[in-house]
Amino acid sequence: MSPDNIFEGANEDEESSSESNPSERKLGYGAAVVETMAQIMREDESVFLAGEDVGAHGGVFGYFRGLQPEFGEDRVVDTPIAEQAIIGLGIGAAVQGLRPVVDLMFMDFICVAMDQIANQAAKLKYMFGGGATLPLTITTAGGAGLSAAAQHSQSLEAMLCHIPGLKVVMPSDAYEVKGLLTSCIREDNPTVFIINKRKLADTCHVPEELFEIPLGEGHVIREGSDVTVVAIGRMVDEAKKAAEKLSGEGIDCELINPRTVQPLDIDLIVESVSKTGHAVIVHEAVRFGGIGAEIASQIQEQAFDYLDAPIGRVAAPFSPIPFSPALEKHYVPDAERIVTSIKNLF
Amino acid sequence: MEITDEILIDLYKRMVRVRLFEEEAGRLAESARLPGFLHLYVGEEAVAAGVCGALESQDQITSTHRGHGHLLAKGGDFNRMMAELMGKATGYCNGKGGSMHICDLDLAMLGANGIVGAGVPISVGAAYANKLTGNGLISVSFFGDGATNIGAFHEAANMAAALSLPMLFVCENNEYAEYSPRHKTMAITDVIERAAAYGFPGAIVDGMDCVAVFEAASLAIEKIRGGEGPMMLECKTYRFYDHVGVKGTASDYRTDEEVEEMRKRDPLVVHETRLIESGIMDADSIQAIKDDIQKEVDISVEFADQSPFPELEDMLVDVYTNGESS
Repeated sequence: MSPDNIFEGANEDEESSSESNPSERKLGYGAAVVETMAQIMREDESVFLAGEDVGAHGGVFGYFRGLQPEFGEDRVVDTPIAEQAIIGLGIGAAVQGLRPVVDLMFMDFICVAMDQIANQAAKLKYMFGGGATLPLTITTAGGAGLSAAAQHSQSLEAMLCHIPGLKVVMPSDAYEVKGLLTSCIREDNPTVFIINKRKLADTCHVPEELFEIPLGEGHVIREGSDVTVVAIGRMVDEAKKAAEKLSGEGIDCELINPRTVQPLDIDLIVESVSKTGHAVIVHEAVRFGGIGAEIASQIQEQAFDYLDAPIGRVAAPFSPIPFSPALEKHYVPDAERIVTSIKNLF
Repeated sequence: MEITDEILIDLYKRMVRVRLFEEEAGRLAESARLPGFLHLYVGEEAVAAGVCGALESQDQITSTHRGHGHLLAKGGDFNRMMAELMGKATGYCNGKGGSMHICDLDLAMLGANGIVGAGVPISVGAAYANKLTGNGLISVSFFGDGATNIGAFHEAANMAAALSLPMLFVCENNEYAEYSPRHKTMAITDVIERAAAYGFPGAIVDGMDCVAVFEAASLAIEKIRGGEGPMMLECKTYRFYDHVGVKGTASDYRTDEEVEEMRKRDPLVVHETRLIESGIMDADSIQAIKDDIQKEVDISVEFADQSPFPELEDMLVDVYTNGESS
């Protein structure tokens, strides 16, 4: 799928994060980004968007399309290809009291901008003795599955989670896009909002009006008694399929979507594992040093006595992301691998 | 523009504030009373004084690891500065930032910075906010010659030009990137050439003369405030002490003779001579200014000495706004 036709071939998510009601309005994951941005920019003049091709072109994935015609070139700013300066633009404007949304086209490009993200945005408040407030949102497209190869497909959330001062947000569907993006932009801390590029066309119920989903509160998607499955970002979809399949085989999965990985709703996860006695964590990022390692560690610290089996992790192998579809489809975790991992616990 | 006696005296006071505070900090560092790294600005005072003297109070500045001078020249508070250098709870950053991260947002000083060149993109952001809100302010970034070799500077310069932002780039060319001389780290003699590469004007200024800096900065600021986009000053200057500390052990990177030669152009002496020869001040009134400021410096040391260190529970405070660290 090329970026320009990413909205085509929309799939409906089996079940949105909200109460499912077929009569309610459906919206695409990518379309939810545009709608949320537009509604927030209408209500708050301090919000502006800046990034590479976000204006006239509407973003390479189209999820900023229509914003520049409505809000003009000063509030929807096409920047040079200059990731450090893009983040710096956001930091300096945020310290002045504005609420910038700055876009890094692909999540891989955070590496280009890492000084401004890790050493500046994340730390200014603390280093300055609390004086600075940084209501800065960084949007970026993460995730594999488009044969975009090693520099346009990564899931680098664990790197960001390791840096005190940042919040890291990973919406799994269009409902969460709207609720979490609203929270990020209204939040007084630097947030990284990771848009999964394989989810852009998928639709689910999304309320018309702006609403907030609190950062740091996970969501129990499906209650179950046998195993706790913690799935991050797009992996929620695969975990749902796995849970469905296993329910026919007598394994009852409790599925948890943390929604934000920093802060992490570990209490919700520990409570669930204390009930089920089993845990499997699923993410797109490489397994070694991934957020799954942190979650597993905290589970064993807090719920060791409840565990009936080692904690399972389903994640990517320790290699760069391969280009060939033949390899990539085995690189990214899917429902089948999740099923296998869960069965191994019993 | 006319430079009044009042301005000339103001510039002098700004430089003396920096010099006497820094000399005191140097003495404290040598007697191991300051933790961490200390990058002294002594020798470069004319730049901070000349530029800050030409700014409105709410014009923003970003600074460098050698940042005490910029904050002091903009009106920074001795007590909070000295307390911060000692890591005390009463310091500018509650003792959690130190010398390399002093800031005063009330004075629109958006922070010193431990990463070379990193303040320049942040100034672009402040300049963008000025443009978007139409507040009439300009944003200034101080950086060294060494910083113009790092990508952040180039990205920021290009972006400021492309977006036609109200921003003044102030290069403090002290001829050394830490311990490496300019001729080994760049193939050009004048950093100002880099402004032209991005399509905005600039000028080379005698960075040892506060009046020259003030005049050039005033001219540039007027044009920038008038909407002409970014400009750059390259202030040729010199630091009298080492990259870090007072007299480092690795001082073979420059000769004592070179330092002595440059000390003859001490910006304070240059300006004192001007003030006396033009009859604006005499030796006694100059000494009186120094005595008054030294008293303030002494008080700041006493204040810092008597201030408490941060409490252990302050460790996790201010990692986030409105929230606790996990």
